[in-house]
Amino acid sequence: MSYCRQEGKDRIIFVTKEDHEAPSNAELVADDPNDPYEEQGLILPSGDINWNCPCLGGMASGPCGSQFKEAFSCFHYSSEEVKGSECIDNFRNMQECMQKYPELYPQDEDKESSTQAESDSGAASAAPSEGSALSPETDATPSTSDPSPDSASPTDSQMAS
Amino acid sequence: MLSCRSVLKKLPPLARASSTLCRLNGRRAVLNHGRPVRVPAANMSTGPSGLGRDTQLYIALVGAATFAGGVYAYRTVKSDQRRYQERIDDISSRPLKLSSQQTDEPINFSEPTATEATETAVEATETEPIAEPEAAPSPEEPIPPAPEAEAAAAPTETTEPVPVQTPAVEATPALPEVPSHAPYLLIGGGTASFAAARSIRARDPGAKVLIVTEESEFPYMRPPLSKELWFSDDSSVTETLRFKQWNGKERSIYFQPPSFYIQAEELASAENGGVAVLSGRKVVHMDVRGNKVKLDDDTEISYDKCLIATGGVPRNLQAIERAGEEVMKRTTLFRKIDDFKSLDKVSREAKSIAIIGGGFLGSELACALGRKSSEFGLEVMQMFPEKGNMGKVLPEYLSNWTTEKVKREGVQVIAEALVKSVTFKDDRLEIKLRDGRLVQTDHIVAAVGLEPNVDLAKSAGLEVDSDFGGFRVNAELQARSNIWVAGDAACFYDIRLGRRRVEHHDHAVVSGRLAGENMTGANKPYWHQSMFWSDLGPDVGYEAIGIVDSSLPTVGVFAKATAKDTPRAATEDSGTGIRSESETEETAVSPVASSTPAPALEQQRDNYGKGVIFYLRDKVVVGIILWNVFNRMPVARKIIKDGEEHADLNEVAKLFNIHED
Repeated sequence: MSYCRQEGKDRIIFVTKEDHEAPSNAELVADDPNDPYEEQGLILPSGDINWNCPCLGGMASGPCGSQFKEAFSCFHYSSEEVKGSECIDNFRNMQECMQKYPELYPQDEDKESSTQAESDSGAASAAPSEGSALSPETDATPSTSDPSPDSASPTDSQMAS
Repeated sequence: MLSCRSVLKKLPPLARASSTLCRLNGRRAVLNHGRPVRVPAANMSTGPSGLGRDTQLYIALVGAATFAGGVYAYRTVKSDQRRYQERIDDISSRPLKLSSQQTDEPINFSEPTATEATETAVEATETEPIAEPEAAPSPEEPIPPAPEAEAAAAPTETTEPVPVQTPAVEATPALPEVPSHAPYLLIGGGTASFAAARSIRARDPGAKVLIVTEESEFPYMRPPLSKELWFSDDSSVTETLRFKQWNGKERSIYFQPPSFYIQAEELASAENGGVAVLSGRKVVHMDVRGNKVKLDDDTEISYDKCLIATGGVPRNLQAIERAGEEVMKRTTLFRKIDDFKSLDKVSREAKSIAIIGGGFLGSELACALGRKSSEFGLEVMQMFPEKGNMGKVLPEYLSNWTTEKVKREGVQVIAEALVKSVTFKDDRLEIKLRDGRLVQTDHIVAAVGLEPNVDLAKSAGLEVDSDFGGFRVNAELQARSNIWVAGDAACFYDIRLGRRRVEHHDHAVVSGRLAGENMTGANKPYWHQSMFWSDLGPDVGYEAIGIVDSSLPTVGVFAKATAKDTPRAATEDSGTGIRSESETEETAVSPVASSTPAPALEQQRDNYGKGVIFYLRDKVVVGIILWNVFNRMPVARKIIKDGEEHADLNEVAKLFNIHED
């Protein structure tokens, strides 16, 4: 059974697991998916790419930012059967640029494999996958602003990678 | 009078002074003329036009004076215009003159810039002509800072070698690296500034961002300076400044390695823009009307959009400031990388350190040093006026509980201590408290708050908030047109929680990002609530959001430890990578209700192992602490965003599933 105590203005409640088993009847206000104030995920409601998404880390803002934006935009809007197949040049530009900054864009194994999974074009060498590849780029922004990585510990993103 | 007025219309406002005078006189004269002159015949001698001789003389004098004034003003303005035109022509012709004179010099300069140039070959050719006028030794007569229109037009045309109007640069042998114009100027090189830079670059393709910072470092994050860096096993940590994150991966405290940034001198010509950092410079004066700032070396930079992210300076105790040189030498005001390095050195050499301050920074440093205390034979003391650690944040019962934990980290906690004076005696520092207690120590760390840096408010004419300190800005973080403020220095309007100023890392990131978005046209208010966190040893880790002030009424819902539960070492949960083998891992403490025959191992005391604490203001939750409960911040954020009155907070607490991991 839960137990309650009052210390001045502070109230203290101890609850057991059983006490909290019944679902909560607290009412939360329904969220408006088109709220202009809210932080957006990677893809905006309009379908455009949110370049300021914390999930991208610094990919869109670094020295190779413009090449990255071109490549990823091309891929995103591509309606070819093999998505992004017409974007090979863009991705090549991006890769060339990134090779000039090995410190910022480490060219390691997991980056390769994760991008293979992302795009089947094969030419893409660095799609924006969250994870280790972006560790030097991502900075201390709370991941909780982005709906999908909410499950990741918030502290991760703060200190972040 | 009519002639005077038509001349006035031609004159630019420079002649305002004389024109006001003229107008006043004119009005007076008109009044005299216009009104039918009622002449008390006896008092005035009349002249030919029917006006008194005195009045006539007066009008004549005034007319002459205003005419002369008008002529003078007109001539001054004309000559100014002429001089300005001459100056412009002179400057435009200068690069051509120089290129013929100094054909060998540019080659030396362009080479290093070419190799440094990270952009395509096009840029290399561009830097050459730009380097020439800049390479010139400072001209005989100081060039006035270029008018805004001129300067603004110049850097936007990146494809042409524009004769950049460098303000009077003193004779430095190296390339004058200060660009005269930055489309985005960020004052301050901390977390908020970097977040804004990133945001601007993401949203404005090819944006050119200039960060001007007093520090000699690239932007870095502060939390590890009082936490992770102290727990590192690496002995060279003071040099590398790398730490291990919660997921085991290492990273540097610098947000980005130096290769991320471009050189300041390349900013104007960079094809795709970039972020340049001008370090070791202080902005001392801000001209809002002219959209430009002045640095401590008298160089001026004009801007289109400016962000003030000057952060703050650690406060000091009056007792220490009065105490003299010897005491000041042995006192650390902790904030920067240098402070971390020097304190690390002190911790190895000194026998005793006293930390004054019981808030976040003081408690974290106390715990960090406390852990080293056995290793180094170091005595660590922490003193503060409150009754317990985090006394201004946590409700009393929790603050007391936390203090016990801090003590277990090896810290001698001296609560309810007000420092009266500090003296240097027998090669030691003697701290005298108001209640008479004396504390001897070798070194003091003062963590007594932050003074927001509003030095620029005076010259910029910006409002400073009297309640919270800092620059007063609106919900969109804007102080005035084209000027935004973010981070510790911003006193902003939070739509949900009211006007406040927040000194946390995540707030710097969130507000910096928002300012960057608004600088690129977003017009969004502060809405995404920032959070903060702290860890005090292996048992206490919490995340918090909103207004967390211990003076507010609170409701805490804690998981009751049953005999079956074993408290897990919160290090894995804490998410900050503090790995510590807790030797004091106890089994479950006895439950509090006296009704059960308590299998009490120790005395009956409450174990606030994990739970949720709600802070209420007028029955609405305005702040939440997640106590040893992680990955639930989105739920907390939602509750605060809703701003609803909840009848039963236990029901709200259910949303957090505190019994699970």
